[in-house]
Amino acid sequence: MRARVFVTLKPSVFDPQGTTVAEALHTLGYSSVADVRQGKYFELTLDANTPEEARRIATEAADKLLANPVIESYRIEIDAAGAPAAGAGR
Amino acid sequence: MKFAVVVFPGSNCDHDAYHAVKHVLGQDAAFVWHKETSLGGADAVILPGGFAHGDYLRTGAIARFSPVMQAVRRFAAAGGPVLGICNGFQVLLEAGLLPGAMLRNRSVQFQCEHVYVRVEQTDTPFTLACRQGQILRIPIAHGEGNYYAEPAVLEQLERNRQVVFRYTTVAGAVTDDSNPNGSINNIAGICSEGRNVVGLMPHPERACELPLGSADGLVVLESVVKAVTQGAVAATR
Repeated sequence: MRARVFVTLKPSVFDPQGTTVAEALHTLGYSSVADVRQGKYFELTLDANTPEEARRIATEAADKLLANPVIESYRIEIDAAGAPAAGAGR
Repeated sequence: MKFAVVVFPGSNCDHDAYHAVKHVLGQDAAFVWHKETSLGGADAVILPGGFAHGDYLRTGAIARFSPVMQAVRRFAAAGGPVLGICNGFQVLLEAGLLPGAMLRNRSVQFQCEHVYVRVEQTDTPFTLACRQGQILRIPIAHGEGNYYAEPAVLEQLERNRQVVFRYTTVAGAVTDDSNPNGSINNIAGICSEGRNVVGLMPHPERACELPLGSADGLVVLESVVKAVTQGAVAATR
């Protein structure tokens, strides 16, 4: 089982890196790019039997470590077809 | 009095802090490795600058799980004076011992320069010997010192007088130009509600001797010596 965790700065939080990337894209001529928000992506390979269990574990991980709730929010996708860990997924 | 200087893998201002309290101020000091579970009976704790755990994930995010942080948490809860400098401040934020979080500097550059900060509050163990409004010239060296707190938290910080240091001009004016990293309300340092935990991005320990360009930072460390020796602050044991 695989969980994908996308961590991004909350909309209300200024993103200096995203702004810099947007400016660089404008320099390259991509004037159609209105805004860029930079985030982090985590891929967790999990020993979980159900998608629900995988989501619960990934949510805990995001709450405790992967995201800082003061400035960041996160979104989780579960890929049940992802390579199961040895011994899991009967 | 005795200082504990916590050492995380990647701390690089631990010796600066040790030197300042041990050799400049003549106090007892000991390094405490992050795997330790005790602070060795110290009267004050310094979390030094650096790049604890390589700043992986977020600055301070991994360091907060180091065993020593349980001891720091207990010490802080008991009223003991704790100073987080730069990366140490970031660790205190991630550990929830101080409110808010750090964003990348608005310049998106590592800022390494001397700045001016104004002492906003003198009723913390680390500003006791300062004058209200005193201007200190001390260096910063960070890439993520852009302090952020949600509006409600910020309002509470200001109302409780928890903003201890603010970036200003040499004359003490709070201006956008004197803000080196984009910190909200020009915040350079804050304290906990109990006022015994203080975090700041500038490095007072690197400004304790004139040959280093400034000795303005010494008063911060002198303050806690005064606070402890006068019995103004202590962890209840």
